[in-house]
Amino acid sequence: MTRAIHAALAAVIATALPAAAGADTIKVGVVAPFSGPFAIYGKQYQEAVETYVAQHGTTAGEHEIEFIYKDVGGPNPDQSRSLAQELLIRDQVDYLAGFTFTPNALAVAPLIEQSQTPTVIFNAATSSINKESEFYLRTSYTLWQVSAPLAEWAYDQGMRTAATTVTDYGPGIDAENAFKAAFEARGGEVVDSIRMPLSTTDFTPFIQSVRDAAPDAVFTFLPGGPPTFTYTKTYNENGLAEAGIKFLGTAETEEVNLQGLGDAAIGLTTAYHYSGAHDSDENRAFQAKLTELFPDAIANWASVGAYDGTHLIYQMVAAAGSDGPAAVEAAKTMEWESPRGPVKMDPDARTLIQNVYIREVARDEDTGKLVNRETGVIATVGDLGWDK
Amino acid sequence: MTLFLNILVDGVAYGMILFMISVGLSVTMGLMRVVNLAHGGFALLGGTFAHWFAADLGLPFWPALALAIAATVALSVPLERVIYRRIYGFTDLQQVLATIGLTFLMIASVNLWQGSSLLSVPLPEGLKASVDLGFRTLPVHRLLVIAGGLAVVLGLWLLLERTRFGIRLRAAVDNRGAASAHGIDTDRIFMAAFALGAGLAAFGGVLGAEILPIDAYYPLRYMVLFLIVVAVGGMGSIAGSFLAAIGLGLLETAARYLAPDFATITFFALVIALLALRPNGLIVRTS
Repeated sequence: MTRAIHAALAAVIATALPAAAGADTIKVGVVAPFSGPFAIYGKQYQEAVETYVAQHGTTAGEHEIEFIYKDVGGPNPDQSRSLAQELLIRDQVDYLAGFTFTPNALAVAPLIEQSQTPTVIFNAATSSINKESEFYLRTSYTLWQVSAPLAEWAYDQGMRTAATTVTDYGPGIDAENAFKAAFEARGGEVVDSIRMPLSTTDFTPFIQSVRDAAPDAVFTFLPGGPPTFTYTKTYNENGLAEAGIKFLGTAETEEVNLQGLGDAAIGLTTAYHYSGAHDSDENRAFQAKLTELFPDAIANWASVGAYDGTHLIYQMVAAAGSDGPAAVEAAKTMEWESPRGPVKMDPDARTLIQNVYIREVARDEDTGKLVNRETGVIATVGDLGWDK
Repeated sequence: MTLFLNILVDGVAYGMILFMISVGLSVTMGLMRVVNLAHGGFALLGGTFAHWFAADLGLPFWPALALAIAATVALSVPLERVIYRRIYGFTDLQQVLATIGLTFLMIASVNLWQGSSLLSVPLPEGLKASVDLGFRTLPVHRLLVIAGGLAVVLGLWLLLERTRFGIRLRAAVDNRGAASAHGIDTDRIFMAAFALGAGLAAFGGVLGAEILPIDAYYPLRYMVLFLIVVAVGGMGSIAGSFLAAIGLGLLETAARYLAPDFATITFFALVIALLALRPNGLIVRTS
């Protein structure tokens, strides 16, 4: 069956390529969740893409660009693969984009290898994905990229002992390994490593254990949404902040849910590649256009990943049209000013080399809203997990 | 010793939240015998209303909580009149399909209305504080949940065992025809019982929101948890649900302290073992 599909795919692509080269419309298939518990990511991707299109028009170079959105529902590699297949064969797309979850991104590797389709990952943050195909490009980040600098920063701030509490699944374990390796390399000590079940929302036992161990800091990685909310609450309510155990995280204070966390979030420290409060003209222009088109939208990592992904696709189309291998070659040397700051493509890992910001949650005096205030920059970090 | 006390305190607090969110289900599903998978949907509606009243309209916590329960009950009554009334006569599978359909409808409505991000209910200062237990601190809202749970179990027991309504409800559930023949208005009894279940769901949803935060996907996220408590407790037994919730809360909390990596497996293994030993739950209601 798979073989037959591959053969069909190869045949279609062989006949489609010469035609596509002369075609003036380049199609981009976006695979993302638009329904179910993760629907907000698909919505944010689409909003960011449309914001970019509104700012830059529908043409790149001499080509028209058209986006086709497909709903993958959630973490579902089979569905991701069949949607990509449908996009490649029936819609004859020239680029693929989207992909929130690592398994969904990995599932399309054999397809894009065969069809030589540049595939821009808007989020999925496991380092190893880009090893599976030369055609993967990533405009988000990797867990190593933000966790390791955070560990080094913590040590430099005088923290010598830390506990890690991560959710027991791929990204959590990646984050745990990255933090531990970097913290211990500097001379720090990880006194306890707790892996918490994915379904947990009552974190009291884990946090109480950390409190009893009394390290200088607790590093955490959680999936977004409800767990973040209860974890940060419990962290405060069980008196870890008062006991001087510093909270260190990555995406836990992301902008969409930040107001919901309330005052409990103030003072939480995270290291991340984007803050909605990033002080630059590019960020202001991006957010102004985004909220003009979608008044309720809140810019966060998902929107900026998709926005930069769209920029990358526009640049690749301008440089190479529908010629996949040439587009990837061209992308390898690209650099631009993103709403998150200066970025450039790492030619080996095909993930962005970018600033990592140390951020602290504070209440903005002007708007009265909680923001991730940038308090430090670790300049130009590549994908530190590439060689691991 | 401290570890033991920690497990005890956190286990009871967590167990009481489990009880609060699932007690409404033991009324509709256990007592009324309707497989009500939309139970979490009513908790979601309660939480969403509370978020709307408190965060969007700026009401204080207590009025927001009361209005949220009232709004949920007000929605549940016409729903019972129009839809659930037909569902009572369905087979189990049909009830499952119909109520899960309602759940999706509720999720989609909340998603459309409030979006799919977290719907927090701001707590008053008094509930945000922590109390010092000597060996550790405990947030005040957990104490409130414990008190709320005790009040609910006592109130329900009085209502079902000591009032005319309780006697009529039990009669109507056991033999609707006979009860009707004795002049009991079973339609109204069922409507009141259903509204009670929905109101309890809303109450539990809002009070439990500190541990099981409200978002549009809430009913499906925690559905298994609600069902486990009712199944382990025994259908229709309020006391059984109470024992099951506290017991499961203690067990899962102990597993999280002692073997965090295996907490979920331990929890489900214990549930399976319990149900294998007592397939009808801890307390079987005799009719």
